Amino acid sequence: MLDEQKHKDLKTKAKEIRREIVSMVHRANSGHVGGSLGAADIVTALYYHVMQHDPQNPEWESRDRFVLSKGHCTPVIYAALADCGYFPKEDLLTFRRPGSHLQGHPYQPKTPGIDACTGTLGIGISTGVGMALGAKLKKQDQYYYILCGDGEIQEGQVWEAAAFANKYKLDNVIGFVDRNYLQTDGYSEKVMPMDPLDAKWESFGWKVFTINGHDFGEIISTIETAKKETVPVMIIANTTKGKGVSFMEGEAEWHGKPPAKEHFDKAMLELN
Amino acid sequence: MEYKATKQGYADALIELGHENEKILVMDADVAKATLTEQFEAVFPDRFFNCGVQEQNMLSAAAGLALEGFIPFASTFGVFATCRAGDQMRSSIAYPKLNVKIGVTHCGISVGGDGASHQSNEDIGMARTLPNMTVIVPGDYEESRLATHAAAKMNGPVYLRFGRDKYPVVPEIHGSFEIGKAKTIRKGTDITIITTGILVNEGLLAAKSLEEKGYSTRVIHMHTIKPLDEEVILLAAKETKGIVTVEEHSILAGLGEAVAGVVSEHHPCPVQRVGVMDTFGESGQSQELLDLYGLRAPDVLKKAMKILT
Ligand SMILES: Cc1ncc(C[n+]2csc(CCOP(=O)(O)OP(=O)(O)O)c2C)c(N)n1
Ligand SMILES: [Mg+2]
Repeated sequence: MLDEQKHKDLKTKAKEIRREIVSMVHRANSGHVGGSLGAADIVTALYYHVMQHDPQNPEWESRDRFVLSKGHCTPVIYAALADCGYFPKEDLLTFRRPGSHLQGHPYQPKTPGIDACTGTLGIGISTGVGMALGAKLKKQDQYYYILCGDGEIQEGQVWEAAAFANKYKLDNVIGFVDRNYLQTDGYSEKVMPMDPLDAKWESFGWKVFTINGHDFGEIISTIETAKKETVPVMIIANTTKGKGVSFMEGEAEWHGKPPAKEHFDKAMLELN
Repeated sequence: MEYKATKQGYADALIELGHENEKILVMDADVAKATLTEQFEAVFPDRFFNCGVQEQNMLSAAAGLALEGFIPFASTFGVFATCRAGDQMRSSIAYPKLNVKIGVTHCGISVGGDGASHQSNEDIGMARTLPNMTVIVPGDYEESRLATHAAAKMNGPVYLRFGRDKYPVVPEIHGSFEIGKAKTIRKGTDITIITTGILVNEGLLAAKSLEEKGYSTRVIHMHTIKPLDEEVILLAAKETKGIVTVEEHSILAGLGEAVAGVVSEHHPCPVQRVGVMDTFGESGQSQELLDLYGLRAPDVLKKAMKILT
């Protein structure tokens, strides 16, 4: 369980990460700010409380893995990895620049701490369940955390991965659907209705929990419960896209629009 | 120099076509804001179908609509049409030769910041190796508009390739448009430059530099990769010392290899390819990536000099 101090620390961390997200996308004048801000609390909970990992030893075999299946949200993971010490914070200045290891979408061979290449929506969850099967074959007991977008799960491949994880009873998989009800072209239930999500995942043999994806207590206690399950788990995390910056919250236009100077200044004031 | 998005030519033509023919439908896979097909949706909401993030379903469903007599223009990014939904393109559309138009944007290295995952440098190769597929790579806004109209007029599958960014407007390629008929936009007798897509202006700039050096340079704009205008290529092979091909695509399987294939079979001559080497792209600004990946007039000039000296 989370004591009060830990709770406060996580909140502070998430705010720092949000500042980095907005700064990175502003500087590069390119990138996805909304979905990164919305996932900041989940990523913070994972990297600063839940996951067994060692930034000094990114290849440690028994580390827990994280797959950013919604690969466009690199700013949130790069900010966390840099802060944890996987690579120097100055590297964040090179985000989306030629020659940088911080590519627009995750490039596992080059970035310390990135566990899989993603960018094409749908491929990350399949890679994740494949890795989880590999761990089973090697009799290792780390966990595989996979973060999907709610637009992303419209891809057929996601449901192929869901069936596969059920068949091999991959109870070392803990997935998240970042349920912000927004994607590139707007409101998700209008673009392609997917509700009820819980029933869909359950019918594929997954154990489903629905939580508030901005509540550290809920995120962390749900993961603790999830670890006791004997089947793969999907956590449907209700979130607000753009969370933390009032004028971006719930606004589809901030999916892939970089904040110009005036918006950047306003956002940084709010994230102070 | 005026710059204009090629995908805007596609979007404008779709609306014009929508008014002309009610069988025209437009589909997209959650990138309508980026491909600009949302502009068609605004005018014809009942004939626009957003499939969500489902490129595979979109392309096979487009085949279904074609079987029912409609003319669907299915739109997404080039990399997702060819790489994610390649089998649907092949088995649902090309094999039965259905009247589906696949209009893709964000092609080539000039995608920019999104990087390698989104930069399709292989899609021309994938599309042109499918039997029955017509492949068109327009050079600027106006040619994109004309090509979209031409694609709608013909019966059968067409792959239309556009970029993400704004690119130079090149008056030399305006006017008429005939699928499979290349445009000779500059006459010359020493060497030939054959361009496709948005690099046509780089080809013209290189031709100017070559003329300054005293070499009479022919420039052919090959907007259709398939069916390929073999006649114009062979004429160039016979009348000039060699050919430099220029494309915003891998040097493998694109325009360069298509041209080399034709001349080596019928009238061998030196062919030099300007394109993305056999490597993945990376993040950067779209114009700077064209520099970094060697897709500019000076790169064309260098290859031409290899043939001429
Ligand atoms: C296969 C594929 N199709 C299309 C895209 C383009 N794209 C990037 S992000 C995005 C929308 C994603 O929405 P969602 O999964 O809900 O992410 P979030 O709202 O968390 O940003 C799309 C369609 C892609 N990256 N991959
Ligand atoms: Mg979403």
